[in-house]
Amino acid sequence: MSWLNKAASDTQITHRSRLWLYCLATVIMLLLVIPTFIVIPMSFSDSQYLEFPPKVWSLRWYEEYIGSAKWMRATATSLKIAVLTMLVATPLGTMAAYALFVSGHRAARAVFVLLITPMIVPVILIAIGTFYAFGKMGLNNSITGLVLAHTALATPLVMIVITAALRSYDLDQERVARSLGATRLQAFFVITLPQIKFSVITSALLAFLTSFDEVIVSIFVSGGKTATLTKHMFSALRDYIDPTIAAISTIMVLISTILLLVTQRIGSRKKPD
Amino acid sequence: MSLDHSSDSALPIKISGLTKKYGDMYALDAVDLDIKSGEFLTLLGPSGSGKTTLLMAIAGFNRPDAGSIRFADQEMILYPPHRREVGMVFQSYALFPHMTVAENIAFPLKLRKVSVEECALRVEEALQTVQLDGLGARNIDQLSGGQRQRVALARAFVFRPRILLMDEPLSALDKKLRERMQIELKQLHRQLGVTTVYVTHDQREALTMSDRIAVINHGKLVQVDTPEAIYNAPANAFVADFIGESTLLPLSLGGGDQLYFGDQSIATVQAAVSAQGGTENNQGWSLVVRPERLLVLDKNSSSSQPLINGFAFDGIVFGGTIRESVFQGESAFLIVALASGADSSGVDVAVRFSTGKAANIESLANGQQIELGLHREDVIVIPQEAD
Repeated sequence: MSWLNKAASDTQITHRSRLWLYCLATVIMLLLVIPTFIVIPMSFSDSQYLEFPPKVWSLRWYEEYIGSAKWMRATATSLKIAVLTMLVATPLGTMAAYALFVSGHRAARAVFVLLITPMIVPVILIAIGTFYAFGKMGLNNSITGLVLAHTALATPLVMIVITAALRSYDLDQERVARSLGATRLQAFFVITLPQIKFSVITSALLAFLTSFDEVIVSIFVSGGKTATLTKHMFSALRDYIDPTIAAISTIMVLISTILLLVTQRIGSRKKPD
Repeated sequence: MSLDHSSDSALPIKISGLTKKYGDMYALDAVDLDIKSGEFLTLLGPSGSGKTTLLMAIAGFNRPDAGSIRFADQEMILYPPHRREVGMVFQSYALFPHMTVAENIAFPLKLRKVSVEECALRVEEALQTVQLDGLGARNIDQLSGGQRQRVALARAFVFRPRILLMDEPLSALDKKLRERMQIELKQLHRQLGVTTVYVTHDQREALTMSDRIAVINHGKLVQVDTPEAIYNAPANAFVADFIGESTLLPLSLGGGDQLYFGDQSIATVQAAVSAQGGTENNQGWSLVVRPERLLVLDKNSSSSQPLINGFAFDGIVFGGTIRESVFQGESAFLIVALASGADSSGVDVAVRFSTGKAANIESLANGQQIELGLHREDVIVIPQEAD
C-alpha cells in the first residue's frame, strides 16, 4: 500500500498519518446517510408494517400514496406553501441582506443577528410562540399563517447566502453605474442582480426546501384542510405505522436531493469566468 | 432637472467650506478649492488624508456636513450621483463582468436613450480614442490590466461628461505601463478638454500629469499650485517632504538677518519670508535639500577655491563623509553625513547624479571625505512646523 506513504497535501503529511481522519470522516458520513438508506428499501416492501430489509418487493405503498386523496391534498398544500414561502422569503431576504451589507451603519450587524435568530432559537420555541401569537390573530390552520411562519425560518438562509455573494462582489460597480447615470434601483437590477443571480436562485431553492421539509412549526400551526405533508406524516406515524410514510419520505429525499444537486451545479457554474 | 448639454465646454468646480466628519475625525476640514474649467487637477496626499473623501463628495457618493460644491453656478450638494453628469474611473475599474467591452461602454449611452446607431458609432469612436479598436466584442476577463483601464476610461467619457473624476486609476498597473498610461491620460485630457480631478498618493504621477496639484493632509489643503511651484517652493515641511525626496536641514539665525547652516550663510530671513509669504516671527527655518540639486565638487586638496569639473564654484559648499554609494542604472546616489559644524552633527543627505559620470562612482568609496555644492538659486527655505 504505497499510497499510504505519499504526501496527502502540500505539507509533508502522508496518507498514513491521516488514516484516522479518513476513518472518522467515513463514520460520520455513514451516520448521516444510513437512516435515509434504510427508509428507501422499506418503501419498496410488500409488508403491512415497516420492515427492513423487505422480504417481498412491491410498489404498493407508492400506489397507496398516489391513490389517496388525503395524501395528495397534503402534498398540494405543502408544495403551495413552499412555493409561496420561496416567493416571499427570497426577495425579502435579498433586500435585507443587501441593505445591511451596503449601509455600513453601526447597528447593521445587530440587525443582521436579530434577523437570523430564527436559525439560532430552537424551532420548538418558535413553533409554540407562533401558535399562541397566531391563535390571537386567527392565523392558525391558514395558508397565510404557515407561509408567514416558514418565511421567518427561510429568510435567514436567504440572507446568509446573499451576504456571502455580496462579499465577493465589487460594490464600486454600482457606484460606477450610478455615476454613469443609473439610479440606485437601476444599478441594482442591471448591474448587481445579474451578477448575484446564481446565489439568488440557490437561496430560493433553499427557502423552498426549508418550508417543504419543515415539521415542527407545521405540527403546531397547521391542521385540517391546511395540514402539510409533514404534519400528516407525523400523525400517521403516531396513529398507525404504515410503509406509505417510507414511500413519501423517499419521494421527499429525492426532491431535496435533486434541488441540492441543482444548487451545487449552479454554484460551480459561476466559477469558470 | 439635468445639466444643460447644449454647450460642450468643460465646467469649473467651486468648492467652499467643505467639511465632512467621521466621528471625531475631520475627513475634510473646511476645504476651499477652485478648479478651473478644462483643468487637470490632482488631489495628492498620503492615505487617509481625505483626498478620496473629497473626490467622492464631488461625485455625490458622500454627503458633506457643511459647505458647497458648485459646477459652474449650480449647487450640486443635493444632487444624487446619477444626475451630476460626472464621468468616473475607479481604482478597481469596476467594469461590469457580465457585459462585453462594447456593452460596458454603451451603458451610459443606453441610460441616456441614445439611438442604437449613434450608440454604436460613439462606442466605436471611444474605442479608437483609447486604442482598443476592434475589441468591442471581447469579454472583460479576456482583457489585460492596461486594456481594462482603457475600457473604464472610455466608459467614463463616452457620454461627454464635462467633469471627469479618477480615483487612483493607475495604481494596479505595473511601473512601465503606469508611466505610459500617465502620458496617454495627459494626451487624452488635452484632446477631450474636460475638467479632470485626479486622486493619487504618488507624487511623481501628480507631477507628471497635472496642471495643478492640490496637496491635502489631515483633511486640509496644504498647497495648491503648479507642479513646478510645488516642487520648487513647497509651502511647508509636509509638502517639501512629500513631494520629491528631500532632507530638511535646520537653520540657525545668526546676526544681521542671516540664516546659517553650521557656519555657512544660506539666506536672509527677508528673502525666505518673501519667497514663502510667511511671517517673520516663525519658530525657525529649514533648508530643503533635494538630492538632484546637490553637486559633487572636485576633490581639490590644493586650491582653496571649490571647483566643479575644473570650473570655479561659488555656491554653498557642504563638507561630509560618504556613508553609502548606490548604483541604480540611469542614476546613482550617495548618502553623505554632513560635517555641519559646531551644534548639530551627523545629518545625512542624499545626493543623486546621473551616471554619465559613472566613472566617478568607483572613486566615491565609503568613508571618503567629499564636498557638495548647492547653487544659491536652488536654495529652498521653509518655515519649521509650529508643533
